[in-house]
Amino acid sequence: MATLTQDVKQLVQEKAKAIRVSIVQSVTAAKSGHPGGSLSIADVMALLYYVEMNVDPANPKAPNRDRFVLSKGHAAPALYATLAEKGYFPKEELLNLRKIDHMLQGHPDMKHTPGVDMSTGSLGQGISAACGMALAGKIDNADYRVYSILGDGELEEGQVWEAAMFAGHYKLNNLTAFVDFNGLQIDGDITKVLSPLPIPEKFKAFNWNVIEVNGHDIDELHNAIEAAKAFTEGPTCIVMHTVKGKGVEEMEGQAGWHGKAPSAEQGVAFVNEIMGVQ
Amino acid sequence: MGKATREAYGNALARIGKENTNIIVLDADLSKSTKTDTFKNVCPERFFNVGIAEQNLISVGAGLAAAGKIPFVSSFAMFATGRAFEQIRNAVCYPKLNVKVCATHAGITVGEDGATHQSLEDISCMRTLPNMTVVVPADEREAEAVVEWAASYEGPVYVRLGRAGVDDVTAEGYTFKPGKATTLVDGSDVTIIACGALVGPAVEAAKVLSESNVSARVINMASIKPIDAEAIVKAAVETGAIVTAEEHNIIGGLGSAVSEVVVANKPVPMEFVGVQDTFGESGTPKELMAKYGLTAKDIVEAVKRVITRK
Repeated sequence: MATLTQDVKQLVQEKAKAIRVSIVQSVTAAKSGHPGGSLSIADVMALLYYVEMNVDPANPKAPNRDRFVLSKGHAAPALYATLAEKGYFPKEELLNLRKIDHMLQGHPDMKHTPGVDMSTGSLGQGISAACGMALAGKIDNADYRVYSILGDGELEEGQVWEAAMFAGHYKLNNLTAFVDFNGLQIDGDITKVLSPLPIPEKFKAFNWNVIEVNGHDIDELHNAIEAAKAFTEGPTCIVMHTVKGKGVEEMEGQAGWHGKAPSAEQGVAFVNEIMGVQ
Repeated sequence: MGKATREAYGNALARIGKENTNIIVLDADLSKSTKTDTFKNVCPERFFNVGIAEQNLISVGAGLAAAGKIPFVSSFAMFATGRAFEQIRNAVCYPKLNVKVCATHAGITVGEDGATHQSLEDISCMRTLPNMTVVVPADEREAEAVVEWAASYEGPVYVRLGRAGVDDVTAEGYTFKPGKATTLVDGSDVTIIACGALVGPAVEAAKVLSESNVSARVINMASIKPIDAEAIVKAAVETGAIVTAEEHNIIGGLGSAVSEVVVANKPVPMEFVGVQDTFGESGTPKELMAKYGLTAKDIVEAVKRVITRK
């Protein structure tokens, strides 16, 4: 298993920071959106698009590309920030998030945003679509892989388990799902709203390979993704222990920041905090 | 009585699926009833059972389509369009993905299984979705033609298929064109516009009416969306009255679609033959069609009523 060089790791960390900055800026400009669950997945997004995935911003529809489905579609600001950083479209477009006559919809829209592989937003459906893409890859004997990120609250959707059963049954080892296990959903603590715990055991019971990691540790994430690539018997679920709002102290661990935009002043302060400016 | 449209669906899938290897068929544990097992028997490597999980059925289809496949996904109309409505809306129609939802056992002729299995609102639900094409084949020949067309068209399609045998009504050499209706009987006093299992009874009604010197035109409106507005307006202008007939709730289905065109272009009196906003019950298809007012006799009576309003 190839470990990341210090240089590559540093690049990913810098990109994760840039993605966090863009998330705060775009949601602030939009005056609405979902910053908490976007910030919690910034590290894995940077790692996927800069190290793990075979993608080319100049050719976003290449048939043999790896696919990414943001099943927790409300974290669109993280996806858009990543795609813009990577060069799929100009970064200035991020400031037009959720605005009329612009392409960055409140939830991902594959028809209008280059690099978005599946329209999502209604929870539970993205993981099923990812299963369909992985199945197509199997049918064609293609070597592309499919990645999808689920929210922990999203696991309350019954369709997730229909998809989990399907992926396990058809041994979709080209599929890797991440669970953003930050413990919070709109109405509060996931264990108080309707507990989806235990998460790893559930996926194991559906015949998935399950790996638990610190979702903000680039090495742990990388090792888990490498292990998923090497696993031939079925799909892999990487349960990422994360902090909602990661990178902005005021937002960290606060359900209230699930779907609330910072004020203009807060936006500036949060960006400075992420960038380490005193 | 000819074959059921679901039989034609299975046969057409098997025929075109052998040649077009992009076709993938998904079913939710009903392949023997929906007849996708006919495809499975010839192309087992491209048939996938998703189990009793209709939401996943539709969304997996969306993923396959996003990866370049042509998925035909099947279940009973009730579950495909009812239980998985939102998946069809958000994962198929919104991104305009190339998924063919071919649902069988639509309407009241499901029979003995009763109201929980009798879909009487699927035309209404499907035609309200942007990017969706909605087709209700009337007989075996038309069903085969529609499936063939659907495989060649890029975009979401809903095909409504029945469980019970239906009269053969289309002519030899028939080809399906979306937005194009077929006139089966010409007439000048009234037009009966029907779809699916009610096309046969509509033709029969026209015969009965001719005996009392009422000249009824019969149009088979298989393409509910896009609808053949030209044929509807022509019928309104030339015959001055319209009766619609469908195995569906009178709210939201063919009758509503036709009346939308009529009132916007050439208002004429209309009558609606269909299920009168009620649930069905167990019984034989024949008994149910009679009890819920879906026979040739019901069409004849509706024609007589509409003519008095001209």
